[in-house]
Amino acid sequence: MRFPIYMDYQATTPMDKRVLEAMMPYFMEKFGNAASRNHSYGWEAEDAVEQARELLAKAVGADGRELIFTSGATESNNIVLKGIAEMYASKGDHIITVKTEHPSILDTAAHLERLGKKVTYLPVQKNGIIDLDELRRAITDKTILISIMMVNNEIGVIQPMAEIGKIAREHGVLFHSDATQAVGKVPVDINAMNIDLLSFTAHKVYGPKGVGALYVRRKNPRVRCAPLVDGGGHERGMRSGTLNVPGIVGFGKAVELAVEEMDREKERLTRLRNKLHDIIMSQTSDVFPNGDMEQRLPGNLNLSFAFVEGESLLMEMSDVALSSGSACTSATLDPSHVLKALGVEDDLAHSSIRFGLGRFTTEEEVEYVGNKIVKAITRLREMSPLFEMAKEGVSLKDFEWTEH
Amino acid sequence: MSYSNKVIDHFKNPRNMGSMDKNDPQVGTGIVGAPECGDVMKLQLKINDDMVIEDARFKTFGCGSAIASSSLATEWVKGKTITEALQIKNTDIVNELSLPPVKIHCSVLAEDALKAAISDYMKKNGKENTEVNTETQTEGVA
Repeated sequence: MRFPIYMDYQATTPMDKRVLEAMMPYFMEKFGNAASRNHSYGWEAEDAVEQARELLAKAVGADGRELIFTSGATESNNIVLKGIAEMYASKGDHIITVKTEHPSILDTAAHLERLGKKVTYLPVQKNGIIDLDELRRAITDKTILISIMMVNNEIGVIQPMAEIGKIAREHGVLFHSDATQAVGKVPVDINAMNIDLLSFTAHKVYGPKGVGALYVRRKNPRVRCAPLVDGGGHERGMRSGTLNVPGIVGFGKAVELAVEEMDREKERLTRLRNKLHDIIMSQTSDVFPNGDMEQRLPGNLNLSFAFVEGESLLMEMSDVALSSGSACTSATLDPSHVLKALGVEDDLAHSSIRFGLGRFTTEEEVEYVGNKIVKAITRLREMSPLFEMAKEGVSLKDFEWTEH
Repeated sequence: MSYSNKVIDHFKNPRNMGSMDKNDPQVGTGIVGAPECGDVMKLQLKINDDMVIEDARFKTFGCGSAIASSSLATEWVKGKTITEALQIKNTDIVNELSLPPVKIHCSVLAEDALKAAISDYMKKNGKENTEVNTETQTEGVA
């Protein structure tokens, strides 16, 4: 085993060797600018970009002409929210999204609110999934966009895309989904799901960092999006700037491979994820899974360990790369907004760990991490006054704490 | 977040971790912090009739810096008189453990726990009005 063991695949993924091999020629030999129309350097770069565009479009059930390249999903999400708000301003000023979205949606929505737009942040149920009736009730005649992520980055919960798309279509509202954690891992079909705009990125599926895509529906309805970046009019005028040719080639290859291997990988990762879950749950008590365990990304497990603080748990697990919902890991003192939206108590939110499994995770690694977590929990609980109080029968809820 | 070697050492080999009988009249117990803030410290001091801290124990729910701060505090107070123990400032802990600014609250918590444990002992033994300087200033609170 190679240490530290990487178990943070929802943060990013290593590149697959096959992806790097596909990219290599486009750095030095085939270095042309895809926008150069007058010579073969430009043509071969353009060919490579268009081939990748077709592959990526096909992976989500779209047409190549409907896909534009960006620097990543954060940029794609920004283009959608800001671009749609601007383009459809005469139609309405209301956007609906969800409390558990990624900051690239939530912060952009907050920015639009400061500009006078109205945003509804839908709550989620205890399992992390939205209530479709709440969505229906939130739609007004001023609603121009519904933006709901397909797979949550912290808890891996998959939202009911087809049902949401149907509701959006019935009300004539555009539907955008941030599918960053979904493409190449779970089936995505923009037509079956009635999705009008879709953001995704390369580095979550074993591709390079710094390249992403945005699907923008061309007909029924034809969606138009004001650009954030003006310039040479690249990418149908929606995103100017010289294309990252090697990155795009790698993106195409990465998604092609991921889609090819999806069924097998889904089965393998579900089995490994469940094994990790079982190792931990069978040897500890007071451990609580966050998010629905069925409607879930195969490689994601998110657990809260009562009486143990997340950052100290990560410190104890220093030979494993993991993520915590604890506030102590960030500059703010608030724990994860996603876990709070699920109604997880603050103390349990501070005690949460995200396990992200992926293509290069082995059974041996899963066993090592599971057993190590059990040991870490045991030691830290011995050190925890909360564990001691709970054992003595003190109600932690009723105890008079000194807030600080 | 990278930790200083001293924090790592206290975290891996905590000093005086454990509990004493909180009903023992010689034992003062201080519990500070709150679970929803991500840190709770319990500090216990065994104090003799000469007001000397004979023994100390801690249990902490919190990050590595919180665990190290409380471990260090128990190490420092052993053998000290109450008055001497109350001279320990959170900034001393910050310096000893090289805590970064975001972790200063861990040291404040350790100082608070120390004060709370001493005040619990005083109350238990009807010595609330005994002259000890409990008004030390907390410095460097973020």
